[in-house]
Amino acid sequence: MNGSIHMTLNGLEVSVETGMTILDAARFFGFPIPTLCHMEGLSPYGACRLCVVEIGDAPQSKLVSSCTYPVEEGLIVRTASARVLRARKMILELLLASCPQSKVIQDLASEHDIRQQRFRQEHEDCILCGLCVRMCEEQMMAKAIGFRGRGEKRSIGTPFDIHSEVCRLCGGCIYVCPACQLRCTYTEPDKAICGGCVNISPPCVEKDSYDDMMCYMAPCVACEIKKD
Amino acid sequence: MEAPVNTEKVLDIVRKHEDGWGGMIAVLTDIQYVFGYLPEEALRIVASATDTSLADIYGVATFYRAFSLHPRGKHHICVCLGTACHVRGAQMVVEEFERQLNIRPGETTLDGNFSLETVNCLGACALGPIVTMDNDPSTKVRPADIRKILKTSWKTDTEATDSLGVTVAAALGQEMEEATTI
Repeated sequence: MNGSIHMTLNGLEVSVETGMTILDAARFFGFPIPTLCHMEGLSPYGACRLCVVEIGDAPQSKLVSSCTYPVEEGLIVRTASARVLRARKMILELLLASCPQSKVIQDLASEHDIRQQRFRQEHEDCILCGLCVRMCEEQMMAKAIGFRGRGEKRSIGTPFDIHSEVCRLCGGCIYVCPACQLRCTYTEPDKAICGGCVNISPPCVEKDSYDDMMCYMAPCVACEIKKD
Repeated sequence: MEAPVNTEKVLDIVRKHEDGWGGMIAVLTDIQYVFGYLPEEALRIVASATDTSLADIYGVATFYRAFSLHPRGKHHICVCLGTACHVRGAQMVVEEFERQLNIRPGETTLDGNFSLETVNCLGACALGPIVTMDNDPSTKVRPADIRKILKTSWKTDTEATDSLGVTVAAALGQEMEEATTI
């Protein structure tokens, strides 16, 4: 499988290794593609759709997520055409509406010149990007959390919403979360998904109830406020 | 009414479908057939027996509406709310069931006899509104037919000697108490 194929990347004839994705190839040749649910070391998932690129010739061209699309012989890819930019801005605007408090999404939106947000703000605490699920399974070898339900009831969490015995409280899920809205639950260890703050030094244990506090871990907001 | 989960029974089901991940839905279907729902204990046994993670199994169990993680009633009522049934007044049928049984869709009566569920299509749109009671379909149901449907189930029930009137009265008597999902 170690051959190479020829493709056109933004009008440039390039030769890339088979088995790469369009995203890998574009980044290798220096074309930036924004991503949200992509992370090196985790399998591509294609949930956020932020990495859309246009493939094919103009009338039949289509948008695909570059992080999951393997390169193929003769592929014509445009990473920043007007259509791609329009789609990307719309996706960002929708992401911003569902999770306006996320720093990661705010930064991406400002990078992409989003000046307005026309949709009703949802203040979701999860955008279902699946980063935490893949982190838990592929890097932490735990599979303590997974997707539950479907459609608008889809959510991420532990089976039966109780602390999973395979969870080692590593905090990896919170570390990768772009929404980073997991409520601080350390005061209720049974419900805790993360508990990462137990592992930091000094441990974050002087807690009362922080129902509305978010834990960002570096440093934990709840702990910072507690100091004042 | 929650009987302890028989480990051997669950393991038998798992052994019957011993082809790994592909058979997960078949395993869960059989467990639900035996126990009436998917007990947490049984899912844990399946997870360890098939060497799959509980998170994955729980994902499958919550993905499909046909699986229930809570004990259901002795008689399970499905009311179709698909487009064809809906325009022929299925909503009124549901409301009538709610009134008679004093539960909302997804709940079970306190005596554990009936559970009510709405589904999106049963695939017989020309005969709508359709109601199935323990997979036994009644077609072109009007709200007035509901008493009869409940009564037939009551008759087939060998344990119960009470008439439906008594049950309904009992159900109405419980209206102050919250109907549980158990």
